[in-house]
Amino acid sequence: MSLVRLSATELLAQLTAGQITSVHLTEAYLGQIKRHDPQVKAFLRVDTQRALDRAAEIDKRRREGRPLGRLAGLPVAIKDLLCTQGEPTTCASRILENFKPPYDATVIARLKAADAVLIGKTNMDEFAMGGSTENSAFQKTANPWDLERIPGGSSGGSAACVAAGMAPMSVGSDTGGSIRQPAGLCGVTGLKPTYGRVSRYGLVAFASSLDQIGPLARTAEDTALLLEVLAGHDPLDSTSVDLPVPKYSATVKQPLKNLRLGLVREHFGEGLDGEVEAAVRQAVAVYESLGATIKDISLPHGKYGVATYYIIAPCEASSNLARYDGVHYGHRTDEKKMAAAIAAQRSTLEAAGKHVEAEALDNPLVRMYRQSRAEGFGPEVKRRIMLGTYALSAGYYDAYYLKALKVRRLIRRDYDQAFGQVDLIAGPVTATTAFKLGEKVDDPLAMYLVDLYTVSANLAGIGGIAFPCGFSEGGLPIGLQLQAPPFEEERLLRAACMFQRATDWHQRWPSMVPA
Amino acid sequence: MTKPYTIIIGLEVHVQLLTRTKLFCRCSTKFGAPPNTQTCQVCIGMPGTLPVMNREAFKLALKTAVALNCEIADFTKWDRKQYYYPDLPKGYQISQYDLPFSHDGWLEIGDPKDRFERKKIGIIRAHLEEDAGKSMHDEVAGQADSRIDLNRAGTPLLEIVSQPDMRSALEAKAYLSELKLLLTYLGVSDCNMQEGSLRVDANINLHVDTPEGKVATPIVEVKNMNSFRAVERAMEYEAGRHYQVWQQTHQRLGDVPKQTRGWDDVANVTRGQRHKEESSDYRYFPDPDLVPVCVSEAQISEARKSLGELPAALRTRLENTHGIKPYDSDVLVSAGRGLVDYFVELAELSGDGKLASNWVQQDVMRTLNEQKIEIDQFRLQPTQLCELLKAIQDGQIDTGRAREVFIEMVASGKSAGEVMEAQGIEKVDESELVELCQELIAANPKIVADIRSGKQQAAGNLIGQAKKKNPNVNPGRLREIVLDLVGKM
Amino acid sequence: MSLTREEVEKVSLLGRLQLTSAELDLMTAQMGQIVAYVESLAELNTADVEPMAHALDVSNVFASDELRPSLERAAALANAPHHDREFYLVPAVLGE
Ligand SMILES: [Zn+2]
Repeated sequence: MSLVRLSATELLAQLTAGQITSVHLTEAYLGQIKRHDPQVKAFLRVDTQRALDRAAEIDKRRREGRPLGRLAGLPVAIKDLLCTQGEPTTCASRILENFKPPYDATVIARLKAADAVLIGKTNMDEFAMGGSTENSAFQKTANPWDLERIPGGSSGGSAACVAAGMAPMSVGSDTGGSIRQPAGLCGVTGLKPTYGRVSRYGLVAFASSLDQIGPLARTAEDTALLLEVLAGHDPLDSTSVDLPVPKYSATVKQPLKNLRLGLVREHFGEGLDGEVEAAVRQAVAVYESLGATIKDISLPHGKYGVATYYIIAPCEASSNLARYDGVHYGHRTDEKKMAAAIAAQRSTLEAAGKHVEAEALDNPLVRMYRQSRAEGFGPEVKRRIMLGTYALSAGYYDAYYLKALKVRRLIRRDYDQAFGQVDLIAGPVTATTAFKLGEKVDDPLAMYLVDLYTVSANLAGIGGIAFPCGFSEGGLPIGLQLQAPPFEEERLLRAACMFQRATDWHQRWPSMVPA
Repeated sequence: MTKPYTIIIGLEVHVQLLTRTKLFCRCSTKFGAPPNTQTCQVCIGMPGTLPVMNREAFKLALKTAVALNCEIADFTKWDRKQYYYPDLPKGYQISQYDLPFSHDGWLEIGDPKDRFERKKIGIIRAHLEEDAGKSMHDEVAGQADSRIDLNRAGTPLLEIVSQPDMRSALEAKAYLSELKLLLTYLGVSDCNMQEGSLRVDANINLHVDTPEGKVATPIVEVKNMNSFRAVERAMEYEAGRHYQVWQQTHQRLGDVPKQTRGWDDVANVTRGQRHKEESSDYRYFPDPDLVPVCVSEAQISEARKSLGELPAALRTRLENTHGIKPYDSDVLVSAGRGLVDYFVELAELSGDGKLASNWVQQDVMRTLNEQKIEIDQFRLQPTQLCELLKAIQDGQIDTGRAREVFIEMVASGKSAGEVMEAQGIEKVDESELVELCQELIAANPKIVADIRSGKQQAAGNLIGQAKKKNPNVNPGRLREIVLDLVGKM
Repeated sequence: MSLTREEVEKVSLLGRLQLTSAELDLMTAQMGQIVAYVESLAELNTADVEPMAHALDVSNVFASDELRPSLERAAALANAPHHDREFYLVPAVLGE
């Protein structure tokens, strides 16, 4: 079997046993990238040489019998919103096209310390705003199962590269479903940890109270392995929680006994695709056959999740993105052209006798800000900045932002109540399988509603996992989502692993991956 | 003299807290480093960076608030104040909006010259926030690019907002002096206005007497005041200007939006500043990157214990224990804790608070000034100075000669006794003094006649002559003997 | 409540975005649609509900006041679009 079809856990075993070298393995993935990424476009940058050098160095250390990290020699792909010291970190945005951070994100430092081989930075929706990766300023990523379709988003590149056998594992971020949704649509396993489980230091912020970094991989076992490296307290992130990190990889194979699985009544209503519903119900039946009891539960405020999210996230985003002003880093408009434009505007107004209007023109600094940001941000980012700015502006705070924070509390309470009755909540990741590229680009609201089943976990701060539970007639992956009480990632991983040991959906590959 | 209006002043004071590192990152807060050499990804606001609160900054802020008799909130949070300016790299300042960590305190002020009555100035709130960087503009605005230095960005600031309780420029200045003294005693700030570690903005309006009662005029905010003296002058100027505007426009509070004016220290006037309407929509919201702080009763009492003796209590103690006047205790306490300790030791050793106070205020403080040193670098220990004071008290030396001895002691480091001996100063025997007086009386009948006719000051001439004959004579005692002898004639 | 083009234009200044006339039209329509959607929250009675700004229940996180090295100036300025090796440079501000 082709190396790239092996799980990370299997690869690690072979590396440790000396059956393969990291250079050999890295070359295999780079080869797959070289052959198929021109069509998939999962990567914004592939660090071919550095990855090979790093792999060689790890191989050397292994030969010399020196101590090695947890992921020694395993390639990992990184969503391009995690800062990598001295290397471009663009967030798929023109405004950061030339930005090279002077520091590593905490999770990057952890991956380096674990001796992972960082092979490249993956494509995403600009600043993680979107659900299709079509909002990247640089390229549109395709779904490896159907190149006409979106891979989901915003971590579309991270999901697609794992689905396409271009990396055994990748790192993404999830603000409203950005790990789980593309994992579901690409047929891989992706976990959004509890808020605070993984340090956000070095994660370019979209919505700070919702963002969380998490792993994507082929299997629950691999996901457990990567999460073990990513998770942990970080004194540089005030919102990272000082709790010990369980040995996820050691317990992941233990099945959960007497599992109580909740099915959310409201998730099976209008809008849910029939094939998706059938696959999810089938997956639930699998759990039942494994001894789980199924309970009908209600999350009554879940239907307000998207509305709540599309207030809170843009408000925080409008503030987080204020720093991109062309002063200290990032894109700045051409000042000569700008000065000429202002002068021309002024003289036109003056000539027309519109002195008041001429006087009211923005000063050069304000114009520099506005012009730089207009050139640097794409339409979706601008839309969210506008929404957030509006919702926080004088007179609207209580009606929008404060209201949304209160509904957020109600959503959290729903979960607390539900988790009094069940251990995990199961349901669909998305209402449909991957849609066609371009299908929803002109309808922002329709695009927002794609997050229906995923946003509530971010609002509540709880963890969730997505993994394949079937395929549509058209051959597109269908995902199952499990959600757990705070800091029960171990439960999520064990439940996913239970399922994967009983089924083989996760072992299917798109045709571009050699057998 | 009484004006047809009352001046209403409230002050907003920003003080830099004396931490080693910034509020949210571990860059140095030291003043005067070359531009942009004390910055990191966090205080440059680079993508992905996160703030972590400096424990010491919070501690100093808490200590100050307790000293200002503030109520401490058991729950406080951090908010983003959003506006665009090149020296504000994140596009927002982390500050506190609706739940500051402290509120409702007071600071008592008084005037040693009794030009106003002692009063408590209310403190609305004190909150912690980060400073911005510095923008340097060209002399001729618009001619060249502005330059931005972010060294100061992120320095911890305590903003102390007073109630509009001050009724004159003098009171405003007294409030600032007392506040500065308190902060200095607490050791929470160096309050150096030149280096920007203490900044003052004022809100002022008038309550004008009219036939229908007092009428409030629109509030004006005054900025750019770079010294306490400037605050005093700006407030005096503004009060006058307000009254003129009132007479012309009869505008009341609420008729026009709040105006911001800048003080021009050279021209001695305030000038209106351009203010875009939209720029005041700060869109505050809770900073999701920082977690709340809960303060326990135990922390508050610990802060209270750490205060030490504060200026007001210290002044009272000096007055009660050492019998000095409020004016003197004010001078001593204002000169700092070190000088007060020196004074107290000297007063205790000499047993004469007034004498000690005079010597410390005049000779010691003058020397410190001349040598540009602090009291802990001063050459003479209280015990050494006390030896000199004892000589004065014993009548061994007069104040004038003692000053000369003092100067020599400071210069040479010798003891009072050594200097006096070297200068041949010794106590003249009483019988010798009487003999000398009798001699002089005999030789100066005209002067004696003057004295007898009631011109006691004529005795000065005799004392001058005596000092020429023997420089060691004590002029005070000499005068007594002369007057006594003449009186018996 | 529907958003007017003028409101959207004001917001674009507040958010420091330069929008073309066509962008303003589109933005007005799209924001109107989204705002109408999120206003569904108004139907919930939240009078007694505590707002939830944070997803986790953590407080009092501090760092100790210990100096760490700052960035070299060249590294700090390396990403700046316009600098003179000492300062960041921006268009001069008049009257502010
Ligand atoms: Zn710093």
